[in-house]
Amino acid sequence: MKITKLNKLSLFVSGIALSVVINVAQAADTIKVGVLHSLSGTMAISETTLKDTMVMLVEEQNKKGGVLGKKLEAVVVDPASNWPLFAEKARELIQKEKVAVTFGCWTSVSRKSVLPVFEELNGLLFYPVQYEGEESSKNVFYTGAAPNQQAIPAVDYLMNEIGVKRWVLAGTDYVYPRTTNKILEAYLKAKGVKSKDIMINYTPFGHSDWQSIVADIKKFGSKGKKTAVVSTINGDANVPFYKELGNQGISAEDIPVVAFSVGEEELSGIDTKPLVGHLAAWNYFMSVENKDNAAFIKSWKKFTKNDKRVTNDPMEAHVIGFKMWVKAVEKAGTTDTDAVAKAMIGLEVPNMTGGIAKMLPNHHLTKPVLIGEIQENGQFDVVWQTDGTVPGDAWSDFLPGSKDVVSDWPKLNCGNYNTKTKKCSGQNY
Amino acid sequence: MSKILITMFCLLLVSLVPMQAMPETDLTADEFAELVSQLHVKSYKEKEAIIKKIATIKDPRKVPILQRMQDGELFYRNADKKIVFREASAEQYRITDVLNNEDLGLVDAGDIKKVKINNKLRRVIRGIIARLRLQDEDAGVRLTAVNNIVKNINASGAALLHDSLPEEQDEDVREAMKTGVALMDVLSEDRPVRIAAIMILGESVLPAARSRLEDILEKDDAGDYVEADAELRQLARKGLDKIESRLNVYQFFETAFFGLSLGSVLLLIAVGLAITFGVMGVINMAHGELMMIGAYTTYVVQLMMPNHIDYSLFVAIPLAFVVAGLFGIAIERSVIRFLYGRPLETLLATFGISLILQQMVRSIFSPLNRSVATPEWMSGSFEINAALSLTYNRFYVIIFSLLVFFFLLALLKKTSLGLQVRAVSQNRPMAKAMGVRSEWVDALTFGLGSGIAGVAGVALSQLTNVGPNLGQTYIIDSFMVVVFGGVGNLWGTLVSAMSLGVFNKFLEPSTGAVLAKILVLVLIILFIQKRPRGMFPQKGRAVEN
Repeated sequence: MKITKLNKLSLFVSGIALSVVINVAQAADTIKVGVLHSLSGTMAISETTLKDTMVMLVEEQNKKGGVLGKKLEAVVVDPASNWPLFAEKARELIQKEKVAVTFGCWTSVSRKSVLPVFEELNGLLFYPVQYEGEESSKNVFYTGAAPNQQAIPAVDYLMNEIGVKRWVLAGTDYVYPRTTNKILEAYLKAKGVKSKDIMINYTPFGHSDWQSIVADIKKFGSKGKKTAVVSTINGDANVPFYKELGNQGISAEDIPVVAFSVGEEELSGIDTKPLVGHLAAWNYFMSVENKDNAAFIKSWKKFTKNDKRVTNDPMEAHVIGFKMWVKAVEKAGTTDTDAVAKAMIGLEVPNMTGGIAKMLPNHHLTKPVLIGEIQENGQFDVVWQTDGTVPGDAWSDFLPGSKDVVSDWPKLNCGNYNTKTKKCSGQNY
Repeated sequence: MSKILITMFCLLLVSLVPMQAMPETDLTADEFAELVSQLHVKSYKEKEAIIKKIATIKDPRKVPILQRMQDGELFYRNADKKIVFREASAEQYRITDVLNNEDLGLVDAGDIKKVKINNKLRRVIRGIIARLRLQDEDAGVRLTAVNNIVKNINASGAALLHDSLPEEQDEDVREAMKTGVALMDVLSEDRPVRIAAIMILGESVLPAARSRLEDILEKDDAGDYVEADAELRQLARKGLDKIESRLNVYQFFETAFFGLSLGSVLLLIAVGLAITFGVMGVINMAHGELMMIGAYTTYVVQLMMPNHIDYSLFVAIPLAFVVAGLFGIAIERSVIRFLYGRPLETLLATFGISLILQQMVRSIFSPLNRSVATPEWMSGSFEINAALSLTYNRFYVIIFSLLVFFFLLALLKKTSLGLQVRAVSQNRPMAKAMGVRSEWVDALTFGLGSGIAGVAGVALSQLTNVGPNLGQTYIIDSFMVVVFGGVGNLWGTLVSAMSLGVFNKFLEPSTGAVLAKILVLVLIILFIQKRPRGMFPQKGRAVEN
């Protein structure tokens, strides 16, 4: 143990030394790519993988000869799951390191915290995680799913294919679940579901005592109508939740749980027995049989030197985002933010599930929506998917405030345009 | 009305078909084989149709095949799509034909594929198997079968139960069957049948029974009752009242159990701190990370003995105590002993240690959560009746926390180490003068508190994630319990943990989890204003200065 740790340390030190040398040698003719993901603190659990993905993508691109004849260089910083630090590090990346583009953030609050920085300094951010929508910035490209690319198709699936009549919307108490549940509630009511058939429940971050909530869900689900749980429960709180479901005898056949935050990566740290049969909605699953996907999984396992490493949805988002950025830079012939942002719109890149991801004028992507059932080996078995891809909608059609708002950068030069009042609210979200 | 009767009759007939033991002919056996061999189809819809057809054929091979399929243990050979069972045999799998048990030899994992199954199919198969098991010899199996039918009761299921009722001897199973039949009877058109059904449902605690009665009392949008018959409504109301009063009692017990189990978790995480913080006065912010170390010890133990998960916890408990205890002693010897009497510096230093320990775990085990398996005996729940069941893992945690508590109490009250610990904590100079090696006692006490934290970590590994953030989630709660209970008093910690747990759980249904937590915190702040030393303050002159 000790020797390997020592080895690791020396490797690490020599790695740093090496990168410094390369840094100096190539400083003149490299394009810098910022990577803004937490490597320590609570979010390290999810974000470290994305950092590795970016480092790998940059490495692969360099093997292909880089971009515009220049090598790429990944500049990795650690915002340590600390939201104000995200803004500071973003500033450092753009002003001091002069990165051409940044790939980063996971939580919505970290994105909101760096947003003013990117807009002020005119940087470029690729955000890879599914989020609550209601935003479209000139400087951000959203490569994760908007609510209409994850939550709403999942509800459609439950309603039409499973025949669910009663709904539990369970979430962690912060902005993403609250907004998503608001959209879902409005959507369900528009579909004729009565309020007494909807139960909404919020729990604090890292909630671990689910006994009474699961008992409530059990009672709610025993009224003779098919019930399902739509879960926006975040990361760590999921394990005790599913364990409690299993222990209280609620099986996926009786009350299925469809989750928006449980992916392959999370499942790899869980005893999957109590989860088998429960559902997740994503735009990518590692188990999808596709040539590009197989190649990516292979190179990922090789890169991490770990045959058990899994891939997940935000990783695919980064892959698509990175490929698009490379294409856009080559199309524009420069790394200048405005030129690249303009070149991005309309670009098409194959996604890893056999479809095409197209960048829309509102800075969101077209994505397929897949519903998978959790298998014992921690993978998903796709049980349903949309025909073709769904275009991402920045402003939900089901919320009273955002119904009339559209985002169209090339035409309107506005991410927040109210079609009723014919006014652009500018960068105020 | 006649239409409904006819459909009911048809459904009844359909459901009776498999029951009426048609003479087996070669034709059905062939048909069965033909259907089974098609199970490899991709479409779930086709699979469902096939399974439903299979259900109508009487064949002894039916139940094992369906059961294996339900468990995800049914496979097909890639080469010729033959449906097979598989058994692990060294690196390979031995496969056998499901139809004639013919041994088809050894294959690699890649040569066979699982017959995939989704939730809908699982439900269908569960229903089919339940129907077949109604004739089982074991009353327990029959009861499960009846309960599974009742779960998704429909006309054919009710008819089946109705027909099996006269032959049934076991009282519990009969009761369950009657309720199941009543659930459908209450929807019939025949008034006396409905009345009888309502009476039966009024005796049941089954949630479905309650919702059926509620349906009778439903009002439509105009505010009129959907059910026109006032007498029926009155009966239903009476039954519902009866159910509700009974459910309220069960609910009370359930909530009390939830509260005690939350309290026992609080007790576990706080009792170690009650030693280090309560007795020694060290504000140990790394307490949570010591629990994390205990949880990771469980993970490592399970890695070492993958085939004996059921016993892994018994190995993990003493080991976690030792590992976390050693860490504690190391922390005490290297940092804390230089900071006695300077609580603020201790707080900062131990906070730093907690960050170091977290990052250490991230570097060694990866920042991802680790998977700790739950032993078989800790999963599931003890079902008292349909309305009240107690989960085993919580039950064991309650017992375990009390064991740890009394172990610690005995250690402090009955052993010479305990005597020395108390002496040092009450009056250090005097204890020293009496020949107590206070430094040694300090180290051991801190090690003891840390070891208990490690043991708590083993229990937490069964309830929540094992990851670098495990400790942070619980550190606030553990301080809260110790301060509320009264610093330096073990009994205070017990009472405070249990009362906070129960209070929290009784609050939760009406306020929600977020507000409940806030209210508890506000309440504690107010309480501390009134009684700064907690519920059971330590008395004596030593404390005053």
